[in-house]
Amino acid sequence: MSENKSVQDNRIRVLLVDDEKEYVHVLSNRLTLRGIDVTKTYSGVEALQAFRKQDFDVAVLDIKMEDMDGLELLKILKKMVPHIEVIMLTGHGSAEELRLGMKLGACDYLIKPCEFKDLLDKIKGAYQRRKSKTER
Amino acid sequence: MSNNKHLKSSYYKSLTRKMISVIILVSFMPMVLVGGIILYQFNKSCREKTSVCLGAFVQQHKQNIDAFLSEKLNDIKFLAATFNFEELRDKFFLQQLLFRLQQEYESVFVDLGLVDEDGLLLTYAGPFKLEKAKYSEAEWFRKAIKEHYFISDVFLGLRGFPHFIVAVTQYHNGRCYILRATIDFAKFNNIVENVRVGETGFAFILNRKGEFQTNLPFNIVPDKGLYMAFIKRAEKEKTRKGVQIVEKYRGFAKKHIYAADFLKNGEWLLVFQQDTAEVFANIRRTTYIAVFLILMGGLGIVIMAFFQSRRMVGFIAEADKEKEMMNQQVIETGKLATIGELASGIAHEINNPVAIMVEEAGWVQDLLDEQEFRKSDNLDEFESAVKQIQTQGQRCKEITHKLLSFARKTDARMSDVQINDMINELVELSSQRAKYSNTTIKTSLQKGLPLIKISEPEMQQVFFNLINNAIDAINRKGGIINISSQLQDNNIIISVADNGSGIPSDNLPRIFDPFFTTKPVGKGTGLGLSICYGIIKKLGGDIDVKSVLEKGTTFTIRIPVS
Repeated sequence: MSENKSVQDNRIRVLLVDDEKEYVHVLSNRLTLRGIDVTKTYSGVEALQAFRKQDFDVAVLDIKMEDMDGLELLKILKKMVPHIEVIMLTGHGSAEELRLGMKLGACDYLIKPCEFKDLLDKIKGAYQRRKSKTER
Repeated sequence: MSNNKHLKSSYYKSLTRKMISVIILVSFMPMVLVGGIILYQFNKSCREKTSVCLGAFVQQHKQNIDAFLSEKLNDIKFLAATFNFEELRDKFFLQQLLFRLQQEYESVFVDLGLVDEDGLLLTYAGPFKLEKAKYSEAEWFRKAIKEHYFISDVFLGLRGFPHFIVAVTQYHNGRCYILRATIDFAKFNNIVENVRVGETGFAFILNRKGEFQTNLPFNIVPDKGLYMAFIKRAEKEKTRKGVQIVEKYRGFAKKHIYAADFLKNGEWLLVFQQDTAEVFANIRRTTYIAVFLILMGGLGIVIMAFFQSRRMVGFIAEADKEKEMMNQQVIETGKLATIGELASGIAHEINNPVAIMVEEAGWVQDLLDEQEFRKSDNLDEFESAVKQIQTQGQRCKEITHKLLSFARKTDARMSDVQINDMINELVELSSQRAKYSNTTIKTSLQKGLPLIKISEPEMQQVFFNLINNAIDAINRKGGIINISSQLQDNNIIISVADNGSGIPSDNLPRIFDPFFTTKPVGKGTGLGLSICYGIIKKLGGDIDVKSVLEKGTTFTIRIPVS
């Protein structure tokens, strides 16, 4: 159990939230391959349930989802887990929404389709920030 | 389009007609009404005044004539009362009396005579030889016996000259006798004949039988019927004292006015007659002047209404045109906004699948990196295919991002814009279309231009229009469009030059006019350049055109850096 935990401690825990299941699936595959602990959720509700079960370092949220607006989810998450790092991932580039997301506490954003490398770098960056915050 | 134009022109024509009729009606009604009322009142008061004057005039003369007659009667009455029968019987005495009377009254009295109760002339003093004349059958004699004194009508009598008699009855020894005098008709006639007014006004006297008691001036044919009717009418109205005034047509058009009053105790009628035209000459003149003025005023109104209406309708047409242009502009902007929304929707929908595609390709690439696939013969082919998918995904991304950035710019708010970026973006968007028209778009943009505050979509529209027009103007191999920008005295100058067909010099002054187009019907609204003009002018700038046929056209825009 303790070994298991230590393994978990070393890996970046990422929550993916997007209603495009295929996208979540392929991203999860690629991120897992690079040693990241990925939890896949396909809606805001599922994301919140996942948070109740475990803690995450970084959440990657889609802004436009069917059941719950990504921005709404962002607000709730930030209230629930203030130290969580959120990266917004959106299919359409409404600058207004992105600006609002940043205001609500998201640390970064990406516009689909994005370079996988960019996403990976941003996740790693966010994780570093998260880690330095909790150590302090 | 031409049908629409025809409709519009007929609409404005009918509007002009309506306006003209309303102006004429509204202006004419009060003028005619007021003019008419004033004229009517003037006419009425003039007629009343004329009637009063005429009445007074006739009454005056009637009194004069009555006074003349009663004076003569009183003279004879006086003689008869003063001198007795014996004295009057003396011919010499009678001649003496006549002489004195003639001296006194300028021979108004022609003769004097003494008649006995049987009508026998006893004594006579006068120019005629009338001794022993018998008057027993004469009307004046019978009346004189009956009424004691009497003034006869004018008659010829025994002497054969018109005259009338003044007779007074007296008594001597139980028998009556009559002193009678003859009044000179000419003298009496003069009194009446002198009653003249203007050219056609004259007076005459009638007796109850309609016989003229005085001479008529001019060669008037006595129309007895008319005068008798007039007398009857006058008799009927006798109860109403005073002068009766009647207007009557005589003949077809000649109208006369008659003023009449009875004199000599109602036995004679003094009639004054004058042509109405002369009596009311003033009224007629005034009426003519008034009608002339009304007609002139009316003419003025008609001319004014005509020109004013045309001017006003011209203004309205101008305003309508402007409104239509603005509507068109709003529609264009609206269209652009709709396109923006559509583009944004499509971009969003496409982004997700493209993202999945790209990531799946990435996943395949990840898997290919595993040891087991390294040995595959077709590894290079796989990798190249995956690379291609990623490259094309990247291309899709660029397109959708361009669409999204276009969509964002469809709002009309002013913002600080780097004009060169905008030009580059638009050139990229237009390059495909240019390629189909065998045209190359080249740019020579001055670096480091200051930002300018403009509405992006509006400015996009300007460049779109200019670039599209340039492409349309070329449409042949080797077409080149040169777009340049530079800073000049705090103004940004942008020129769009093509080497196309050019614009005929006749059309040059009109190309910024709304609805001016040389494109075939349905291809161009003729609004593009006028909208450009409006947008640039709104920014306080200028848009200018230079063109040489078959050489090309250059549009130059100047925008001030605020």
